[in-house]
Amino acid sequence: MSAEAHNHAHDNDHGHDHEHHHKDTFITKYIFSIDHKMIAKQYLLTGIIMGVIGVGMSLLFRMQLAWPEESFKIFTFFLGEKMAPGGVMTNEAYLSLITIHGTIMVFFVLTAALSGTFSNLLIPLQIGARDMASGFLNMVSYWLFFLSSIIMISSLFVESGPASAGWTIYPPLSALPQAISGSGTGMTLWLVSMAVFIAASLLGSLNYIVTVINLRTQGMSMTRLPLTIWAFFITAIIGVISFPVLLSAALMLIMDRSFGTSFFLSDIYLAGEVLNYQGGSPVLFEHLFWFLGHPEVYIILLPALGITSEVIATNSRKPIFGYRAMIMSIIAIAFLSTIVWGHHMFISGMNPFLGSVFTFTTLLIAIPSAVKAFNYITTLWKGNLQLNPAMLFSIGLVSTFITGGLTGIILGDSTLDINVHDTYFVVAHFHLVMGISALYGMFAGIYHWFPKMFGRMMNKNLGYIHFWVTAVCAYGVFFPMHFIGMAGLPRRYYTNTNFPLFDDLANVNVIITVFALVGGAFQLVFLYNFFSSIFYGKKSVQNPWKSNTLEWTAPVEHIHGNWPGEIPHVYRWPYDYSKPGHDEDFVPQNVPMKEGEEVLHH
Amino acid sequence: MTTLLILIVVALLAVALWQLTKIFDLTQVGANVNDTQVANDNDNKVNGYLMFAFLVFIYLTTIYCVLNYGHFPLLSDSASEHGPLVDNLMIISLVLIFVVQTITQALLHYFAYKYRGKEGQKALYFADNNKLEVIWSSIPAVVLAGLILYGLYAWNNIMFVDKEQEQDSIVIELYAQQFNWEARYSGADNVLGKANVRYIEGVNNLGVDLSDPNAQDDFASKELHIPKGKRVIFRMRSQDVLHSAYMPHFRAQMNCVPGMVTSFSFIPTLTTAEMRDRPAMIEKVANINAIRAKKSQELVAKGQTALDPYAFDYLLLCNKICGASHYNMQMKIVVDTPEDFKAWLKDKQTIVSAVKTSLAEEKLKETEGKPVKNDTASTKVKTDSTLVAQK
Repeated sequence: MSAEAHNHAHDNDHGHDHEHHHKDTFITKYIFSIDHKMIAKQYLLTGIIMGVIGVGMSLLFRMQLAWPEESFKIFTFFLGEKMAPGGVMTNEAYLSLITIHGTIMVFFVLTAALSGTFSNLLIPLQIGARDMASGFLNMVSYWLFFLSSIIMISSLFVESGPASAGWTIYPPLSALPQAISGSGTGMTLWLVSMAVFIAASLLGSLNYIVTVINLRTQGMSMTRLPLTIWAFFITAIIGVISFPVLLSAALMLIMDRSFGTSFFLSDIYLAGEVLNYQGGSPVLFEHLFWFLGHPEVYIILLPALGITSEVIATNSRKPIFGYRAMIMSIIAIAFLSTIVWGHHMFISGMNPFLGSVFTFTTLLIAIPSAVKAFNYITTLWKGNLQLNPAMLFSIGLVSTFITGGLTGIILGDSTLDINVHDTYFVVAHFHLVMGISALYGMFAGIYHWFPKMFGRMMNKNLGYIHFWVTAVCAYGVFFPMHFIGMAGLPRRYYTNTNFPLFDDLANVNVIITVFALVGGAFQLVFLYNFFSSIFYGKKSVQNPWKSNTLEWTAPVEHIHGNWPGEIPHVYRWPYDYSKPGHDEDFVPQNVPMKEGEEVLHH
Repeated sequence: MTTLLILIVVALLAVALWQLTKIFDLTQVGANVNDTQVANDNDNKVNGYLMFAFLVFIYLTTIYCVLNYGHFPLLSDSASEHGPLVDNLMIISLVLIFVVQTITQALLHYFAYKYRGKEGQKALYFADNNKLEVIWSSIPAVVLAGLILYGLYAWNNIMFVDKEQEQDSIVIELYAQQFNWEARYSGADNVLGKANVRYIEGVNNLGVDLSDPNAQDDFASKELHIPKGKRVIFRMRSQDVLHSAYMPHFRAQMNCVPGMVTSFSFIPTLTTAEMRDRPAMIEKVANINAIRAKKSQELVAKGQTALDPYAFDYLLLCNKICGASHYNMQMKIVVDTPEDFKAWLKDKQTIVSAVKTSLAEEKLKETEGKPVKNDTASTKVKTDSTLVAQK
C-alpha cells in the first residue's frame, strides 16, 4: 500500500522534527496555530460563545410568546430602545431573533462547532496521524469560520436590523428590503457571512476526507475505524456535496438583490409599484436551499451519533452492537439524505407527483435510523454501564432521537404534512430530533474528551445536575409543543392574540417558556464547570475512561505530532470491551492479538 | 413587578442548584474518597435509579399532555370531504408512534437502570447478530410500506382533480398580499379572467385584465363564502412575497407564490352553523370564552377595554413568514348552505363595473375643475400578460 508507505516516511520526518523543539510564540501556539488539537479548541470556544448568543435569543422570544407584548427590562437591556421600545419587543425584532437564532444554532453551533471541534480533535488522534493532511488549510478553515461569525454578529447592529426572513431566507421576502426592513443591509451581511462560512466548511471537509483516506496508521483498515471517524468522514462527504449548492443559491440571491437579475423573482407588486423582475421562481430557491438544507440535518446529526456510538460502547464496557450495520446505516442515511429534500416543499406549489416521490424516499430513511436506535439499545443490554455525564447525555440523545424521529413519520407523509406544515408540530419535531439530540451529542463529546483537550477532568456532580435538569426541561419544552402544533398554531407568529381561536393554547405557551428559562439558566452550570475545569479541574490520567481508541495512547500533555515516539500500530477493531480471555475489560487497538485469539465480531 | 419576579426566580434557581449539589455530594458519603471525577458504583446507582425515574417522567408527561391537551389536536370534526381520510391516517400514525415510543423508551431506560455498573461485574461480549438486524430492519420496512401506500392513496385523491370533478365545481381565486387576503369569484361563467400584477391600478387591486371576456363577471370579496357540498377549486396568487393559505379545519394548505398560480381543492361538508353546533366545538368555545372573560376582568381593572366574546368562525391564516405583520394575516371563511350561498352571490358588484364607477367619479372630479394627478399608470405599457389566473 503506497499510502501506508508514505505514511511511514511521514512518521519518521516528524519523529525527527521532534528532536529540536521548535519554539512557539504565543501567536503561533494559540492564535494562528496549525495544530489540530488547538484548532479543535478554537472551534469549541467560538462555538460555545455563539451557542450562548443563540440560546439567549431563544429565551428572549420565548418570553414574548408566553407574555405577548408585555414590557420586560431585560428586553430593553439586550435589544435596546429601538427593538424593544419601552421594554416591549417589536414584531420585527421578534422575527430577527428567530431568524438569527436558527442560523446561529444550525450553522455556527451544530455544524461548525460540533463537527469542527470533534473532527479536528479526533480524526488525527483516532486514526493515528501526526496531524491533519494540511494543517495550513485547517487553520484557514477556522479563521474563515471565525470571520463569518464576526460578520453574522455584526449584522445584529446595523441600522435597518438583522436578517428577519426566517433562517430559510425564502425570497422574495429576503430579496426585497421593501418587504421587510431586515432584508436590507442585515440580509446582505447574512449572505456574505454564509458564503464565507461555506468556504470554511468546504476547506474543513476536504481536509477531513483526505486525512481519513490517506493518513491512517498501519493496520487501521476502514473496518477498524472507530464509528466517530466513520461519522465524521461521511459527514464531510455530504458537506462537500451539498454546501456548494447553498453557495450557488446565495450567490444567485445576491445577484437578484443587487444586480437586478430575476432568478427567484417574478411579477411582484410591492409598495405601490410593479417591480421589474420577470420569469424567476421562488420555488427554485426552495429546491436549492433544501438540497443543502436536508443533508444539513444529517451533517448536524451524524457526528453526534458517531460520538455517542463511541461513548456508549466505552461506558457500557461492551462492543457497539452491529458495527457493520452501524456503518451501513450511516452510509444509507447519507445517501438518502440527498434525495429527500422535497419533503420540505409538499405544499410549495411544486408538482404533487413529486410529493409522492419524496414521501417514499423520506419514509425509507426511517429504516436505517431505526436500526441505529435499536443497536444502541442492544449495546446497553447486559452491559456494565459506567454512568458518567457523557454516558448520560448519550442515552439522552437516543431518547430524544427516538421521540423526535418518530414524529418524522407524520411530517414525511405528504398527506399529513398538509395540516401540520409550518406549525409548532414541526418546531417540536426538529428541535428534538436534531437540535436537542445534536446538542446532547456535543455535550457528550465535551464531557468525554475534555481530559484529552485540556488534560483535566470536568466535575462530574455538576455534570449530573446539568444533564438531569436539561433532560427534564427539554421534554418539558418540546413535548407539549406537539399538541399546540396539531391544533393548527402556526410558527413564526409574533403573538397569537389576534386569533381568539388559539386563546386556549396560551397557558401551554407559558409552561413551555418556563421550562425553557429554567433549562437555559442551568446551562450556566455547564459553562461554569467548563471554564473552571480548564484551570482548576482535577488533573487527568492518560486514559480516564479505560477506552480502546488510539487518542488515549497519546500523552496527556499536548505535543506537536501527538505521539512522542513512533506512531502506534493497530491490530484490532476499537470495540474489544470485556472480551473473554483478557484480564482487563478493555483491549486498546494497539495491543497485538494474542496467540490463538479469535476475532469475535464480523 | 416583573423585575421582582425575575429576581425571585433566579434566587430560587440558585437555591435549587445548591440543594442539588448537596444531594449529589451526600451520595458520595460512605463511598471511598475518590475524586477522579470518573463515575463510581455510587454514581452508577444514583444515576441508574434516576434513569428509571426519568422513564416515569416521560410517561407522566405523556399522560399529562394527552389528558390536558389531548383535545387540542385537529383529529376529528373536519369540515371537508377528504378530512376524515387525513384524520384517519393521522390517528393510525399517532397510535403507531405512541406504541413504539412507549416500548423503546422503556427498553432504553430500563436497561440503563438494570445494567448500571458495579465493580467486578463483567459485560457480555455481544458484537453482532444478523438475525436481530434483519428483524429490526424488516419490521419498520413493512410497517412503513403500509403507511406509504395509505399516504400516497390519500395524497393522490386530494391533490389530483379529474375533468369530471372539475366540471361540477366552483373556481375561486385566493389573492395574497402583505398582510391581507382577498377572494375573487369567477362569476356565472365559472372561469377566472386573466390577471397579472402589471394590470394593478386604482380599484383594480387584483390586477385583473379588464379586456378579457372571462373577467367581465368576476367579483372580489374580503370574506370567503363557499357552499356546502360542492367542490371548490382554489387558485392561489400572491402579489409580493410567499404566503401560505392555511385552512386548518378543512385540512387544506397551499403556498401562494408570486409569479405562479398554485391550486388546492376540497368539498366543504359542514356549514359554519353546523360546525358551531358540534359538541366538541361548543365546549371549546365555552372554554375560550371563559378564558377571555377572565382576561377581560383584568383588563377592565387596569382601565382598558374588555375583549369581545368569541364565536367560532372558519379561518384562512397565512402560514409562511411574509413580513412584520405576518402574525395577523387572516380572512374569515363562511360555509353556507347552497341556498344561502346563492343569495350571497346576488348583486355583487363586478370588478369591471367597480373600475367603471371609479373612473366615472374621477372624471366627474376632473370636470369639476379639481385637477387629478395624472399618475404614471396611463403611460405604462400593459401588454405583458404572461401570468394568467387560469391554468
